[in-house]
Amino acid sequence: MTVDRLQFTLTVTFHYLFPVLTMGLALFVAWLKTVSYLGREQHRPAPLRKTDEERRTYDGAAQFFAKIFAVTFAVGVVSGIPLEFQFGTNWAAFSNFAGGVIGQTLAMEGVFAFFAESAFIGVFLAGRSRVGERLHWISALMVFAGSWISGFFIIATNAWMQHPVAYSLHQGRAQLDSLGKLLTNPWLPWQYAHNMSGAAVTGAFALAGLGAFYTLLGRHARFARVCLSVGVVGALVFSTLQIFPTGDRHARMVARYQPSSFAAMEALFQTEKGAPLVIIGNPNTEKRRLESAIEMPHALSFLTSQRWNTELRGLNDIPTDQWPDSVPLVYYAYHIMVGLGTILLVVALLAALLLWRGRLLRSRPMLWTLMLTVPFTYVANIAGWTVAETGRQPWVVFGLMRTHAGASPASVVPAGTGIFTILGFAGLYLLIGIVYVLLIVRIVARGPGEGAIPADAAGALTAA
Amino acid sequence: MATLWFVLLALMITVYVVLDGFDLGVGALHRILARSDEEREQAASAIGPVWNGNEVWLIASGGVLFLAFPAAYAAAFSGLYLGLILVLWLLIGRGLGLELRHQLDNPLWRAACDTVFWLSSAILAFVLGVALGNVVRGVPLRRDGYFHLPLFDILNAYAVLVGVVALVVLAAHGATFLAARATGALAQRARRYARRLWWGELVLVCGLAAPTYDVRPQMLTAFGDHPWRLVFPALMVVALAAGFVWQRAGRWRLAFLASCALIAGLLSSAAAGLYPNVLPAREHQPFGLTIHNAASGDHALGVAVAWWSIGIVLAAGYFVVAYRLFMRDSRA
Repeated sequence: MTVDRLQFTLTVTFHYLFPVLTMGLALFVAWLKTVSYLGREQHRPAPLRKTDEERRTYDGAAQFFAKIFAVTFAVGVVSGIPLEFQFGTNWAAFSNFAGGVIGQTLAMEGVFAFFAESAFIGVFLAGRSRVGERLHWISALMVFAGSWISGFFIIATNAWMQHPVAYSLHQGRAQLDSLGKLLTNPWLPWQYAHNMSGAAVTGAFALAGLGAFYTLLGRHARFARVCLSVGVVGALVFSTLQIFPTGDRHARMVARYQPSSFAAMEALFQTEKGAPLVIIGNPNTEKRRLESAIEMPHALSFLTSQRWNTELRGLNDIPTDQWPDSVPLVYYAYHIMVGLGTILLVVALLAALLLWRGRLLRSRPMLWTLMLTVPFTYVANIAGWTVAETGRQPWVVFGLMRTHAGASPASVVPAGTGIFTILGFAGLYLLIGIVYVLLIVRIVARGPGEGAIPADAAGALTAA
Repeated sequence: MATLWFVLLALMITVYVVLDGFDLGVGALHRILARSDEEREQAASAIGPVWNGNEVWLIASGGVLFLAFPAAYAAAFSGLYLGLILVLWLLIGRGLGLELRHQLDNPLWRAACDTVFWLSSAILAFVLGVALGNVVRGVPLRRDGYFHLPLFDILNAYAVLVGVVALVVLAAHGATFLAARATGALAQRARRYARRLWWGELVLVCGLAAPTYDVRPQMLTAFGDHPWRLVFPALMVVALAAGFVWQRAGRWRLAFLASCALIAGLLSSAAAGLYPNVLPAREHQPFGLTIHNAASGDHALGVAVAWWSIGIVLAAGYFVVAYRLFMRDSRA
């Protein structure tokens, strides 16, 4: 079981580094394309009121990010395929138990998202000159829709594992009672919104960070300005949504349905009326207390229930065999996520303020900050998933199936085989990771411009 | 209802092999047929925009197997563990080899990508055949619904034979595709190979009957019990004959269609012979997984028919858009 968990942790974590960027970028590429396609100087709402010159820059930016998108998408696809098959290879007992329910959402992802995404990414990357202006714009929208629908069905699957609904048990297997109820799982909308806004934060900071990079170097000024303005506004919008309402509501969902997970996130050992919100501190599970803590009294109770003195259940009142197997991991992952989320919001707010006052392009410290923030958005996203997945332990389906019972039986997949394939995946992914970084560095070093704005762009735009 | 899902699953797998089959076949012959950098570029860009969409049929088929027959999905994927993981690694290698070859303008980089793409496509075609061979032969399912096959048992004689059939049939499929699509010396060579591989197909497809009867007599007797199912092997025979005629006549687009029909005939015959087994046990062993004991609940299967139909119509629409676009303008 340990081997299977290690393997899934490795493959899913590596995989998610790519869709988090493609889902975020898909949104912004679709926005850039929409502005360049629909924008006019008159008779348009303010965000679309653009000159031809500006629209060309937007279009060039969309072309440029499409290059980054293409490489990221390719790695995301090939590293995603193993995940669907690993349910069967390493988690056969779980698949057998849950396939009657989550088979629905996983198959729906294939049928509704992947077909659209794969067909239209081909059309989009073929380029405007081959497919025409309108189809190129539509394909950008379809790629965006495909990738966000794909995210929806994955979260729907995960939401069932976090909070199983709409099933009944027959002969030791979960059977679906109602597809409608599965897709309206109360857990689903907030987890989905929180996750997608997290991806959009990464996409937005990728735009802003790249704009900052070129501005600091004094290259590609027009392109960099578009990246900065779209990126900073996007970062502000989505960093805000990330915390409120999505993060807030998602946390309340956890408090309600997974008290063990919630207590671990806050390292709350004692059941308390008026529980404090922990800012920093080091949980000591042996002594069952939080050391060196800075706390905001009563704040946790208030955030959870809007009342200062609500009682929250601590880990001491939960049997240890239902604790997440690593309380400190859940705690630290959660605090890293929340801490980074707050910092990202502050950065976005300051940058937006400078942008509004027209001083962003000259503020080198702010540009440096925006550039260096990009990797931390990945850390925050991965930390968030770590909270969700380790907080759910020791269950693979919360309250229904323990994780160790979900792995493939040792008589079917011997541990040695699992170790061999972990090593194989690790080596392969290390290689792919290095190649990916090299290719992205090269695309960024070359910069936009080469072939990005064809000579007939003006004509094509006015004709459309 | 479970029967309907058996048919839909067979249909999706067939579509997968017909579509991804030609890009696998082009890959399996990549460094053999395309000898210069320009020719390899031509071969790669003939399949570049569509291979990913083709491969989605594999993912969607896996999803449908998981949805409709979770017990078979769990047993097959864990029991054939090393084979499956090998497939995953090959899919990764092949996808990246093809997608990343354009990314660096360096002959060594392209050579490396082309070689990875070529070898992983060829081995993948073989391994997919091996997997099918093991399903037809049956696996040593236990009472608890699982089995374990070590790597060398996965590579048993019958499965290896089916693997070779798969490699030859897909290589011929790919060669016929290039024969119809490519130009210049590449097209000439593809045509020569397609004609030669046709004889391989003839020998292997005919030669497969006896060993199949040996491992699972039901595969052939099923047709005696249900004569209407003979349409599937008949399709196979007609497709082989038509392929021969059209190849000689130089009608390569029609020959490619015949190759599609041959694959459809092969796989539908296999499905017709297996029904109602989804994952059979070895001959004379009791714990096989059938549409009766491996299927999901009725609500799951019923509601899925509804959304599946909508989704597949949409998907077919996207494919028509994409294929019309790419097939049209690279001919021009």
